[in-house]
Amino acid sequence: MRLMPLLVVAALGVLLAAGVWMSRNPNREALPSPLIGKAAPTFELPVLHEAGRLFGTRDLQGAPYLLNVWGSWCPACRDEHPVLTRFAESKRVRVVGFNWNDEHADAMAWLEQFGNPYWIVVTDREGKVAIDWGIYGAPESFLVDGKGVVRWKFVGPLTDEVIAQQLLPKLAEIERAP
Amino acid sequence: MSGCFLHRIRLAALVAAASLLLMSSLALAQPGTPVAPPEFTSSAEETRFHALVSELRCVMCQNQSLADSNAQIATDLRREVLELMRQGKSDREIKEFLVARYGEFVLYRPQVESKTWLLWFGPLLILLAGGAVVVAVVRKRAGATNPATDEDQEW
Repeated sequence: MRLMPLLVVAALGVLLAAGVWMSRNPNREALPSPLIGKAAPTFELPVLHEAGRLFGTRDLQGAPYLLNVWGSWCPACRDEHPVLTRFAESKRVRVVGFNWNDEHADAMAWLEQFGNPYWIVVTDREGKVAIDWGIYGAPESFLVDGKGVVRWKFVGPLTDEVIAQQLLPKLAEIERAP
Repeated sequence: MSGCFLHRIRLAALVAAASLLLMSSLALAQPGTPVAPPEFTSSAEETRFHALVSELRCVMCQNQSLADSNAQIATDLRREVLELMRQGKSDREIKEFLVARYGEFVLYRPQVESKTWLLWFGPLLILLAGGAVVVAVVRKRAGATNPATDEDQEW
């Protein structure tokens, strides 16, 4: 009974340590996506570079792709751009641009200025498809396998470390068991 | 007099210009164009809408409800909520719609399930444990009280 206060202090200490430990994760504000392991939401959206053409999940079937959410209004997308370009140039997987809540002219100007790393860019002007995908900020990236199942999601700008430590192993896993 | 009036107009114009400038610089951080606030068909609809969006968390800003947030995603989600309401969806169905996309996080009041039992009933458990400790301590003291000490007390 005399040890009680000591035990209480120790328990509080453990709680504090756990809190500090958990807050070490730099990406702790990212929400876990309920979509992982489920079929990607279907969409059919206008193609940025071709007026009148629609492109969607039906056209993406059969092989994995990386869906990258971006907007010309998004400063972090600019930081991500060189990393994404390098990754896209490796031609490891199709990189689909998801231009979110953007003006057509702004999006075109952005790609003109920084370069277009995407295999194709679709535009979600109203943000309705974005809600289906649970998108809440930019940049966000989704890895979808050949069967159309979401296998991985990353919130925030992709870095070389994230690509090497998370994306590439996941991609290899998908390719081993398609 | 008229000089003062003119001055006031000029001041108002300056304030307006400054706030416009401020707004446009803030807009850089957010996508899209400003959207007009929703128009309600009835006050019942308005009441229900406000009750609903104040129970949903803004996914972007995390410490604000959908009702309070100015983020573009919050605007989009508010519009979606109103649309779902007009499609005849119940509050429960609307919440399920958002949970399916953004996870449990969007609910300010998490659902009662095995995963959230500790969250819901934890405080009650701690209160009960505290009560039990107090009762134990009081009993022990009462039992240990020496009748002799009572006589020493001045009152």
